[in-house]
Amino acid sequence: MPEVVDARGLSCPEPVLRTLEAIKALGQGELEIWVDNPTAKENVIRAAKTSGWEVVEIKELPDSIKLVIKK
Amino acid sequence: MNGISNFLATRWGIILVGGIIGILAPILQKLGNPPNMGICVACMERDIAGALGFHRAEVVQYMRPEIIGFVLGSFISALLFKEYRPRGGSAPFIRFILGMFAMIGALTFLGCPWRTVLRLAGGDFNAIFGLLGLVFGIFIGTIFFRMGYSLGRSQGFPYKAAGLGFPFLMLVCLVLLLIDSPLPGTNKGEFLFFSIKGPGSQHAPIFISLLAGLFIGILAQRSRFCTMGAFRDVILFRQFHLFLGVASFFIAALITNLILGQFNPGFENQPIAHTMQLWNFLGMALAGLCFALAGGCPGRQLFLSGEGDGDAAIFATGMIVGAAVAHNFGLAASPKGIGPHTPEAILLGFIVCIVIGLTMRVKKA
Repeated sequence: MPEVVDARGLSCPEPVLRTLEAIKALGQGELEIWVDNPTAKENVIRAAKTSGWEVVEIKELPDSIKLVIKK
Repeated sequence: MNGISNFLATRWGIILVGGIIGILAPILQKLGNPPNMGICVACMERDIAGALGFHRAEVVQYMRPEIIGFVLGSFISALLFKEYRPRGGSAPFIRFILGMFAMIGALTFLGCPWRTVLRLAGGDFNAIFGLLGLVFGIFIGTIFFRMGYSLGRSQGFPYKAAGLGFPFLMLVCLVLLLIDSPLPGTNKGEFLFFSIKGPGSQHAPIFISLLAGLFIGILAQRSRFCTMGAFRDVILFRQFHLFLGVASFFIAALITNLILGQFNPGFENQPIAHTMQLWNFLGMALAGLCFALAGGCPGRQLFLSGEGDGDAAIFATGMIVGAAVAHNFGLAASPKGIGPHTPEAILLGFIVCIVIGLTMRVKKA
């Protein structure tokens, strides 16, 4: 099971902050991030890529967006 | 996987948006808006508070169509691109208080982050102290974020109408502006106040202001343009994405001002500005801290309001009420300097923000 960051409902910059904290704690592996708006999605993707992680899955559900990143 | 299909949210997208806003703002000034105030979210919301009679500072009363356009443009964009999502419930009243103090800080400096950039691009060097203050305030905010500061989660609302409140309010304001005009020889119409002298009397034609506001509202909603996030992300993440938008905004405004003959470098006799540098710094530091704690600059709060974010709408309402408080209680600055009670208000604002920053924290796992 991958580590999960639930950033739904959080305002800027918390989704990115929590993602980067998880990236730092994990070092490498797979991380699942839940957000609920396109801005947070874009910000998390940008932050993950800058940190050298790859986005392997983006799943848009009616009320939330699931992102899976990997290193 | 690229993941970002929205061009305006890419690096070149945000640079383009910043550039367009940087060209439009000085043009709005050329067409009648006050100097170095082609766009100023704080000043324009203050003028709206005045137009509604919430304060009686006769020189700053006008229902600014740009603000109405920002919200309605964002609303239209959010609907078109299926990003309209009514939500709220993340410490609303705390956001209202942050909005009030953001405005009190901004009116000490005489401008929001947008006008800070525009004042610099017009040659007003006093804005250097405002900019330094803004960055300092945002820096304090990032310390709180590192310590686990959070206003908590918002909830998506199941009913679409829940996000219509603020856009509808703006529509009502627009209707009032279109049907009302001052009675001859007075500054008062049937509903609204209209300045006959001072910055409130200076404005571009209504439809040009409205169209510019709508256009910027659409672009900013798509690009997530944010003048506070620009500095916050650099400090917090070394992420320059939003900063490029603000840099582009500044450069475009500077070039446009040079072309239009609106660049007048110096410290003295700058329009709608004072030279009390400590207060320029402290005012924007308080405003920057409030914007950081609330998660967006005053423009961004309006664009989020248009998307259905009730918390952002409450922040924006707090700013409008804050403008009334600032002018009614002698807190707002003028070109002569700060108001009689500015220092107490700024001190109180910092105390409130520090209490908010320290007490609203999630425990780290």
